[in-house]
Amino acid sequence: MFDIDLHTLLTIVALGVITVVTRGFFFISNRPWTLPKWAQRGLQYAPIAALAAVVVPEVVMSQGALIGTLWDARIFATLAGLAWFAWQRSVLGTIVAGMAVYLPLHIGLGW
Amino acid sequence: MFYLREYRQQAEFWDGIRDQFTVAMGIAAWGMMTGVAMVKSGMSVIEALLLTLIVYAGSAQLTALPLMLAGAPLWVILAAAFCVNLRFVVFSAHLRPFMMHLPRWKRMVSGYVTADLSYVFFARRYHEPATTPEGLSAQQAYLMGNSAVNYLSWMTASVIGVVLAQWIPTEWGLGFAGILALVGVMASMASSTLRMVSAGIAGAAAVAAWALPLKLNILAAIVCAVAACLVIEKVHALTQKGDNRV
Repeated sequence: MFDIDLHTLLTIVALGVITVVTRGFFFISNRPWTLPKWAQRGLQYAPIAALAAVVVPEVVMSQGALIGTLWDARIFATLAGLAWFAWQRSVLGTIVAGMAVYLPLHIGLGW
Repeated sequence: MFYLREYRQQAEFWDGIRDQFTVAMGIAAWGMMTGVAMVKSGMSVIEALLLTLIVYAGSAQLTALPLMLAGAPLWVILAAAFCVNLRFVVFSAHLRPFMMHLPRWKRMVSGYVTADLSYVFFARRYHEPATTPEGLSAQQAYLMGNSAVNYLSWMTASVIGVVLAQWIPTEWGLGFAGILALVGVMASMASSTLRMVSAGIAGAAAVAAWALPLKLNILAAIVCAVAACLVIEKVHALTQKGDNRV
């Protein structure tokens, strides 16, 4: 339960270094440098794209394939969350409304 | 980083705390299920705790996990984590002008604690780096307020998940709350038509490119969406100009 060997510890520390290097990748150099204009403009579309790229597969895929049915708890939960957001503009409410739909369908009906 | 008094004294720090609180529950549910998943897949409690406390990157942890358990070579594990984290490289390019007034070690620590949603909230609030030192410091305080809530809710929940793993069935699907948090934030960012287009293209591309190894589908989706939006912008500008001439 509490066993750890040196190799695992080293791996974990190296993974921590990867986090620091990727999250601070463009902070490392002190030299003056700015992104080209087109890239700066493009970056305003990047955050929402990153979110969609993470979220959409989690909602419409299972085991590496597009789900074949719309009767899936995740679809209804996401729609409920989006509807709540459109109504109240609250992210917390989106989570609560979505889970209120998800848990009964998922645990109760096994969707 | 976020414990520094120079940040806590600023109103923006507390704005950041308040904003990030709206998603803290989702982050916590996600962190807890990551903790549960680490132990259930066969890591020891101490390994799971260290992984969470040191690495602090849920998707990279979950990617590295099966590779570590399978005894994959170190460089394969690190390459996989790097690829999963490539989106952070994009984020850091965006944040660079907001950061360069800080000494390097502070930039790196700030980067380390800036997870997805801290970055997203920051990018939603600030479009240009401030032109005064006070302004830059206030922006940094906002980022650190967000990061503080993100860090604490993730870590607390992960540790709880690791400790309680045997009593929390993964089949309940509590981790879906994390996805719903991202859905809510995504909706809050959809402030222009082109941004909605960006989300649509990225979502479709991420599904289409699912077969790519190392979660590279996420990076491919970001690149596709951003490129498509830039092209649409350009074409739109050209046709506008054309109209004016006529």
